[in-house]
Amino acid sequence: MGAAANGNGQDMIVIRNLVKRFGHVEAVNGVSLTVARGQVVVIIGPSGSGKSTVLRCINHLETPTSGEIWVDGMKLTHNHKDINAIRAEVGMVFQQFNLFPHLTALENITLAQKVVRRRDAREADRIARAQLERVGIPEKADAYPGQLSGGQQQRVAIARALAMNPKVMLFDEPTSALDPEMIKEVLDVMLELAREGMTMVVVTHEMGFARNAANEIVFMDKGLIVEQNTPDEFFANPRESRTRAFLSQILR
Amino acid sequence: MAAVSSTSSPSSAQGNFVGRLAQLPWWLLLLVLAGVTLLYQFLTNELYTVILDKLARGIMTTIFVTLVAFSSAIVIGLIAGLGRVSKNPVIYNLATLYVQVIRGLPILVWIFYVAFVLTPAFFTLTNALGDALSPLLGADNFLSKANTQDVTLLGRAIIALAFAYGGFEAETFRAGIQSIGRGQMEAARSLGMSYFQAMRYVILPQAVRRVLPPLGNDFIAMLKDSSLVSVLGVRDITQEARLYVAASFRYPETYNTLAFVYLSMTIVLSLIVKGVEARLGKDGRGS
Ligand SMILES: Nc1ncnc2c1ncn2[C@@H]1O[C@H](COP(=O)(O)OP(=O)(O)OP(=O)(O)O)[C@@H](O)[C@H]1O
Ligand SMILES: [Mg+2]
Repeated sequence: MGAAANGNGQDMIVIRNLVKRFGHVEAVNGVSLTVARGQVVVIIGPSGSGKSTVLRCINHLETPTSGEIWVDGMKLTHNHKDINAIRAEVGMVFQQFNLFPHLTALENITLAQKVVRRRDAREADRIARAQLERVGIPEKADAYPGQLSGGQQQRVAIARALAMNPKVMLFDEPTSALDPEMIKEVLDVMLELAREGMTMVVVTHEMGFARNAANEIVFMDKGLIVEQNTPDEFFANPRESRTRAFLSQILR
Repeated sequence: MAAVSSTSSPSSAQGNFVGRLAQLPWWLLLLVLAGVTLLYQFLTNELYTVILDKLARGIMTTIFVTLVAFSSAIVIGLIAGLGRVSKNPVIYNLATLYVQVIRGLPILVWIFYVAFVLTPAFFTLTNALGDALSPLLGADNFLSKANTQDVTLLGRAIIALAFAYGGFEAETFRAGIQSIGRGQMEAARSLGMSYFQAMRYVILPQAVRRVLPPLGNDFIAMLKDSSLVSVLGVRDITQEARLYVAASFRYPETYNTLAFVYLSMTIVLSLIVKGVEARLGKDGRGS
């Protein structure tokens, strides 16, 4: 039924008139956005413009005040079973990594596979090791998060999300908490992921990544989408004055 | 240089000596001294041997009450603690009511209340329920036959202590759970885990590590508070001591021995708690 409402099966995420208020604060004021299968959308904008809130509504970490969201044709409702099912299909990577500190890197990656995907221990283990290989740190399987650098922790967090075989990956400023020398190793993993055709929504201040990986750039301000375009157009010919002001600040 | 240091050294050495002297654990030395004196009495003074023998009869009861009541309190506390962080207003308010009542009552009063008010009230309720259900279960069903006397005073004492400490542990668990950053729950939920899966596999394992030291201290407190069951006539070591005193009027000897037994147990336990704490502190992945 959701699939019928969101048109063709090409759309992975459809957001219609999303509004989210925190008390009197209007974090998101009516955002509509469609992300096609295999597309990479980068969301940029000043602090407090509602970027994180949009992302967090997609997997219902925040409950929308109003508006509708479909993920791969499934409409997000308030039903807990449905929400858990959709979350399993939507990987999320946080600015602060949020690894489970009492578990090793490997256990971080196997836990949800076992309890959510109901994979047996050997299968989960095999997949976890493959994902660690993919993000370039197979030798850190038995390390605890506290023994890893920030960049390594974030790569484990990406592996943890990928091990669930998500249909979409959401990234909320994945490199903002990293020392400069570690940013590249995380961005490289994300670029590779984009090349492999993963559908991604990325909030970031890394304009290099936006240029190279994005199919579309979305600029948000004050809870609204101000401008949306391909990277080439967006950076070469920003239409809105607010966009130009933001770009001149960030590209200085 | 050398001359200066040699002239100033006596006074500084003396300061050092006094400083070191002050740092010695004198309290422990004095305690051990008192213990050794008592031990000597146990070996040589027949009266002390007799008293120790009497108290020994209660030791199993004291240990039994402490262990059963404390393990029940942990379970009750965990459930009530989860209630205290619940977003469901009914569950939250029930858990908070329970915790506030427990915190507002002296344990002694609570023990009397459970033993002589709540337990009979509970059976009045079950009897009424049994009578109401008699068409279904028959006139003489187990519910209507159940009697307050079925629960011994020992049982009531354990129930009272378990719920009293359950209220304290609820707050310990609540604080432990709330000390784990919000991001942990969000990461777990974003992977598709349910609230209870996230609690069980992600939040609680970390929270429990943090509350282990306070739980250890509460275990020692429970051992001490188990002496309160003597007010119900339960024959723990305190009650055995009171009975002996009532017959013999040997106050100093009896209470010396009683204090010695409790102190030996609590000091050994606190050393164990300290050891566990140090070990937990060492492997720094609890953060
Ligand atoms: N849990 C919350 N409670 C109250 N207000 C919130 C909450 N989360 C976000 N807000 C507010 O909503 C607005 C949008 O926040 P959001 O985090 O989405 O912005 P952002 O674009 O991600 O900013 P940043 O670049 O700083 O991360 C802000 O004004 C913020 O203060
Ligand atoms: Mg943000």
